[in-house]
Amino acid sequence: MKLHDLAHGRTGDKGDTSNISVIAYRAQDFDRLLQAVTTARVAAHLGQPVGAVTRYVLPQLGAMNFVIRGALAGGVTRSLALDAHGKCLSSVLLDMPLPDLD
Amino acid sequence: MTFRIGCGAGFQGDRIDPAQDLAERGGLDVLVFECLAERTIALAQQAKLADPATGYDPLLEARLRACLPGCAQNGTKIITNMGAANPLAAAKLAQTIVAELGLSLRVAAVTGDDVSDRIAGYALDETGGLAEALGTRLVSANAYIGVKGIIAALDQGADIVICGRASDPALFLAPMVHHFGWSLDDFTRLGRGTLVGHLLECSAQVTGGYFADPGVKDVPDLANIGFPLAEVSEDGNAVITKLDGTGGLVSPATCTEQLLYEIHDPAAYLQPDVIADFSGVTLTQVGPDRVAVKGADGRAPTGRLKVSVAYRDGWLGEGQISYAGANARARADLAAQILDQRLTQPQISQRLSQVIGTDSDVRLRYATRCADKATAERVAQEVEALYLCGPAAGGGVTKTVKEIIAIASTLMPAGFVPTRANLLESADEAA
Repeated sequence: MKLHDLAHGRTGDKGDTSNISVIAYRAQDFDRLLQAVTTARVAAHLGQPVGAVTRYVLPQLGAMNFVIRGALAGGVTRSLALDAHGKCLSSVLLDMPLPDLD
Repeated sequence: MTFRIGCGAGFQGDRIDPAQDLAERGGLDVLVFECLAERTIALAQQAKLADPATGYDPLLEARLRACLPGCAQNGTKIITNMGAANPLAAAKLAQTIVAELGLSLRVAAVTGDDVSDRIAGYALDETGGLAEALGTRLVSANAYIGVKGIIAALDQGADIVICGRASDPALFLAPMVHHFGWSLDDFTRLGRGTLVGHLLECSAQVTGGYFADPGVKDVPDLANIGFPLAEVSEDGNAVITKLDGTGGLVSPATCTEQLLYEIHDPAAYLQPDVIADFSGVTLTQVGPDRVAVKGADGRAPTGRLKVSVAYRDGWLGEGQISYAGANARARADLAAQILDQRLTQPQISQRLSQVIGTDSDVRLRYATRCADKATAERVAQEVEALYLCGPAAGGGVTKTVKEIIAIASTLMPAGFVPTRANLLESADEAA
């Protein structure tokens, strides 16, 4: 199972910082997502140092917000990347495998 | 009675038809056009340097011509940051268009965001150095101003308020404060109004745009997507919706994606007039394409304004070429290797070589950052020269050479950024 099966999200950018929301489709899945989608696993999936990732939680919306500093190769205005905003990152994160339930 | 505020643009290149629909059928009090991304104002400043009568949004005229008749008929005021680097010139153009359309509307420009004359001694977060170290590379420096200048313009009777750089949510918050008479130290209401502005400021991103994922998150009639409006109550809570008959979707899911868009700590969204707190917000579907937004809060602002500093940061030299069919990937890789060998100039400080596509249909993209334009042009030319001097059967070359405008940021005490509302004389008075 992938994160994409249980959640949706959107990427935003400010300078060299990316933020990616992860939002449960169903409230009953949110606790499982909280356990599975940790800062460490997000950092590993996106190839970023774990110290760069901060997670904020909005339980009443079934939502998490991941803020990733230094994720955009110097920022939108300096990066040579085609998707300099990192707009695609939310879909990349949703491709993350979820561990099986115990 | 609720206060009805709509969003007619969420970025410079946004669609115009849905804005015209809101102007004509929305029954709005205010229609806001948010058109300034981080770099947009720097590009406008460069245009203004070339021609002092320009420097505002190139689509200002098209948007006003499409929306002014509907707005005038419905008594809808317009607030926008399409003034970019030259709000006064934009306001004059708006006044000319108003007159040509035979309308009687007052236009004001809000100025004061340009702080390029006092930025020198500020340290920039991204470079670590002082702004003055940029020397002639500095293009522009603009503070994200808050609601006061816009409110002053509305107090003067303006129907069309044209700003340069302002905080995006402030474009929406200001008319709410003006309409309801909220105190500027009622931080709960300012926080709620900020949330409404934040949800609306990217236009269709809250009505099902930037959301569809076929088979998983479907959006009805995305081709005819409607732009959003909010019905705001006196307490600052609101319903987000869109016009009947338009495509798209307003749901807690679309609103949650937009609520967190470009937000860091949801409990501390730093704005010029308030630190907004979205941590206790609830979103409830209260009808088809109607979501009730409640529970935002706020506290006193930091007293410092974010300033975006734009500077010239070298040149992008880029080329692309396609290879397809048998052994396509190997030919693209060989082309990249050849470019590495031919392009050894020390003026190239950074390069990115990527092969995009499946193995039988690929496109090599070779992008470089160069110290000067000539080197960037040479990079593009070497990609094109792969036609005759590279691997077999390359095609479809495209070349890009452009100056890189980088953005850095700093903070400036709000007291150093006085703003001013400049109401233009009406055509009647001038006559």
